[in-house]
Amino acid sequence: MPEAPLPRFAAPPPARFALSEAAAAWLLSAPAMLSLFLLLLGPSLALIALSFTDWELGAGGLTWIGLGNYAELLEDRTFLAALRNTLLYVALVMPSSIGLGLLIALLVEGGKRLRATFRAIYFLPVVSLLVAMATAWQYLLHPTIGPVNRLLALFGVAPINWLGSSDWVLLSLCAIGLWENLGYVVVLFMAGLTAIPSELYAAAEMDGARSPWARFRLVTWPLLGPTTLFVVTITAIRCLRVFDTVAALTDGGPNNASEVLLHVMYKEGFTYFRIGYSAAITAVFLAVVLALMLIQTRILDRRIHYA
Amino acid sequence: MRPGRDPGLLADLPRLAVLGLGAVIILAPYLWMLSASLKPGSEIFSDSLSLLPQRLYAWENFSKAFREVPLLRFLLNGVLVCAVILFFQLLFAVPCAYALAKLRFRGRETIFALVLAGLLIPAHVPALPIYAGLAATGLLDSYTALVAPFVISVFGIFMFRQAFRSLPEELIHAARIDGMGEMSIVWRVVLPNAWPTATAFATFSIVAHWNDLFWPLVVVQHEALATPALGVLFFRAEEAGNDVGALMAASVVVTAPMVAFFLAAQRRFIQGVATAGLKG
Amino acid sequence: MAGIAIEGIRKSFGATQVLKAVSLQLRQGEFLSLVGPSGCGKTTLLRIIAGLKTADSGAIHIAGREVTRLRAADRDIAMVFQNYALYPHLTVAENLAVPLVMRALTPWQRLPLLGRLAPGTAARRREIAARVQAAAEMLRIGHLLDRRPVQLSGGQRQRVALGRALVRQPSAFLMDEPLSNLDAELRASTRREIVELHRAAGVTTVYVTHDQVEAMTMSDRVAVMMGGEVLQLGTPREVYEEPAELRVAAFLGSPRINTLKVAAAPDGLRLGPVTLPLQAAAAPGTRLTLGLRPEAFALAGEGLAARVEHLEFLGAELLLHGRLAADESPIIARLPQAETAGLAIGAQVALAVEWRAALLFDAEGKRLRLAPQREAAHA
Repeated sequence: MPEAPLPRFAAPPPARFALSEAAAAWLLSAPAMLSLFLLLLGPSLALIALSFTDWELGAGGLTWIGLGNYAELLEDRTFLAALRNTLLYVALVMPSSIGLGLLIALLVEGGKRLRATFRAIYFLPVVSLLVAMATAWQYLLHPTIGPVNRLLALFGVAPINWLGSSDWVLLSLCAIGLWENLGYVVVLFMAGLTAIPSELYAAAEMDGARSPWARFRLVTWPLLGPTTLFVVTITAIRCLRVFDTVAALTDGGPNNASEVLLHVMYKEGFTYFRIGYSAAITAVFLAVVLALMLIQTRILDRRIHYA
Repeated sequence: MRPGRDPGLLADLPRLAVLGLGAVIILAPYLWMLSASLKPGSEIFSDSLSLLPQRLYAWENFSKAFREVPLLRFLLNGVLVCAVILFFQLLFAVPCAYALAKLRFRGRETIFALVLAGLLIPAHVPALPIYAGLAATGLLDSYTALVAPFVISVFGIFMFRQAFRSLPEELIHAARIDGMGEMSIVWRVVLPNAWPTATAFATFSIVAHWNDLFWPLVVVQHEALATPALGVLFFRAEEAGNDVGALMAASVVVTAPMVAFFLAAQRRFIQGVATAGLKG
Repeated sequence: MAGIAIEGIRKSFGATQVLKAVSLQLRQGEFLSLVGPSGCGKTTLLRIIAGLKTADSGAIHIAGREVTRLRAADRDIAMVFQNYALYPHLTVAENLAVPLVMRALTPWQRLPLLGRLAPGTAARRREIAARVQAAAEMLRIGHLLDRRPVQLSGGQRQRVALGRALVRQPSAFLMDEPLSNLDAELRASTRREIVELHRAAGVTTVYVTHDQVEAMTMSDRVAVMMGGEVLQLGTPREVYEEPAELRVAAFLGSPRINTLKVAAAPDGLRLGPVTLPLQAAAAPGTRLTLGLRPEAFALAGEGLAARVEHLEFLGAELLLHGRLAADESPIIARLPQAETAGLAIGAQVALAVEWRAALLFDAEGKRLRLAPQREAAHA
């Protein structure tokens, strides 16, 4: 190879004005900050403000009515039913999906066979289009042609109107909610489990923890503590947001038996255009979500991190 | 609880049996949905529990589904909306995340605090004021309305910031010495080095917006603008909504793309959706 | 017999044989190291002794009791893990108490609050606390009892792990590279400490390491493992001075033993054109390998001619990397610093050899006896 000197490149022309680091940073953050204020923080503050007014879309003026909307909520049977149902939904779906999810995660992690397959199957509902799957559930739970009732009939159970009777409708929605959230919990717990060093199990066995239950109590459960707390909060918030199945299957009925917070908020705000009133419902929803997060950080702060 | 030994197939059977039973329950709605989409009405209404159709009626069900509502249009709307949302989310969040992670400037802590505050607020909260704003500007019932509230993802900023922080300073210093401006550093150095985060965020964003029903239901009136989730509701409102076979066929069509996408890229998906748990 | 007896242990993972019929006998109270390169099967063997893995065939006896089919918890052993495996959510005191609590208290008595109500719990708990205190004093971690593992340094964690093994006077200690996560200085002092603890407790110990210095300095006997087999079992001195195989000779010793390709001849061993004053019990013409440890060389007026290629100054000693004139093979000699003044790269030197320390191996790497030495002239 001939040793030709590399051609020299001319130095790049100096930038006409070199930005300071701070100016560059502000410029880079500007679009995000602008849209953050315009689309999230601003509207959220506006929502709180609106919840103290009687504004109705198309009705022109608006008056400050203080806590009027909130006072009305306390009297509103539909809202109270929705609040009760939502909390009931959380109270049923969250513990059951966490209990079952932990069990399934332990079983899946307990052996090597089919691990990826099971994980994928259980996770499938999380990524599926919930409205469409709700429609499939509606068919499954149909009182006359639904396979579930037909299956039960084989054991002599009389047909149940799963989504049409006020006794069953919330339970049915909870079952769909469990089906929908389970895979999420499984995946989070599986991640938590793989983070536990396997030598701890060996040490526990050596230390005399003979039964699987003793090892669970000594190693698994305490080491899953942070994961569990996280899963509890996430699942609770996911459950609080229940909307799709109600909108698609029951419209809150029969007789408010399946009414939930977001669905009442949707109806009041976007069907009846009672913006102020709907804003008050949203504020209640926000308060519950924030309270859950507050509880989580409080517990996290109090415990020593040992990860 | 992870016994140290690997059990034989026989000892493993109870575990597999329990998991298998659970898997069947999880898969049941998919199987019945698919099965009903292949059956004629007479079989769906007959007393049989058989999954396999006696007479294949798939063509009739699926063609009816496509005839009654513009299913393809729904799917295309879904792709378009998800793509545009993701584009803007990256465009806005990535530079901001870089500034928060790697640049020193007054106000950084404040901006980050605002981002954290944003993380606490569910997307339903600003919906009413944004709706009122769109109504006032006559933008309701448009693609703009479908996309607008989601162009900023505080979760994206947060996730990318965490990823960018772990990149070595030397990498950025080298890029500056080579004559790159901050903007090219963001897109040509920093983002390509945080590729796993980017794909995880992308899958999370796509799943969330493909499956979202609430916002399209709020802003869209016209069938032509419906996303797949809303499309299902439109279909049910049609007369054909009473035809279980066709309804199931339509459900299969709108469910299939995401399921196929998921099965093809399982690991990324699970990683994306699970790590994004903070805000869904 | 007491101690540990390992008989014909075999283990395969799929098609790969990890252990090929390994047998070892440990006397009561003996400290035995399993040493070998990574992947030699030593850790698998330890886990089989512990009962954390099951062997495909073979038997294990601990303290005169067959334990082959017993679970780890029932084998009456304690183990120290490479990463210590401390319970992160428990304090040091609680960590130390776990092996006692699990054995001394019934599941009912172990219950968090209710357990205290069960009869006898309080007395048992007091006894456990006393033993934990005693073990902690012995290891000088008494002041750390209320801390959690994250609040400890690496050395302190290592002590807690040792304490957890000591607290329950088991019939055997198993240690899996317990020093590999410590820095060099701490490693040296802990080596001695473990030996002293072992001497005081008198418990049969199996110690797995890849570090030959640990194996040589700590053990009563060393088992050198490679490719799933024990190549040689003996005292540290035996395995170093009288290796049974070339692989053992090559694994032990740093720098590595020098190996020279030689051929048997009627009047000695041929190294290129040179005849070495060694007689092998082998037919003339047989190809052999001659092993010479770096310390077998000395600078002298006459000996094997070599060219100096590189010098490493180690303080008291100097490593001479050179090439033999006879056949151009590379050699390393360890020379006392005092004798090496004036050595320079490129210089020609004569290396006298301590022929009595020479090791001879056949083509398969098996050790060959040297015939009685003859005072022959060398080239």
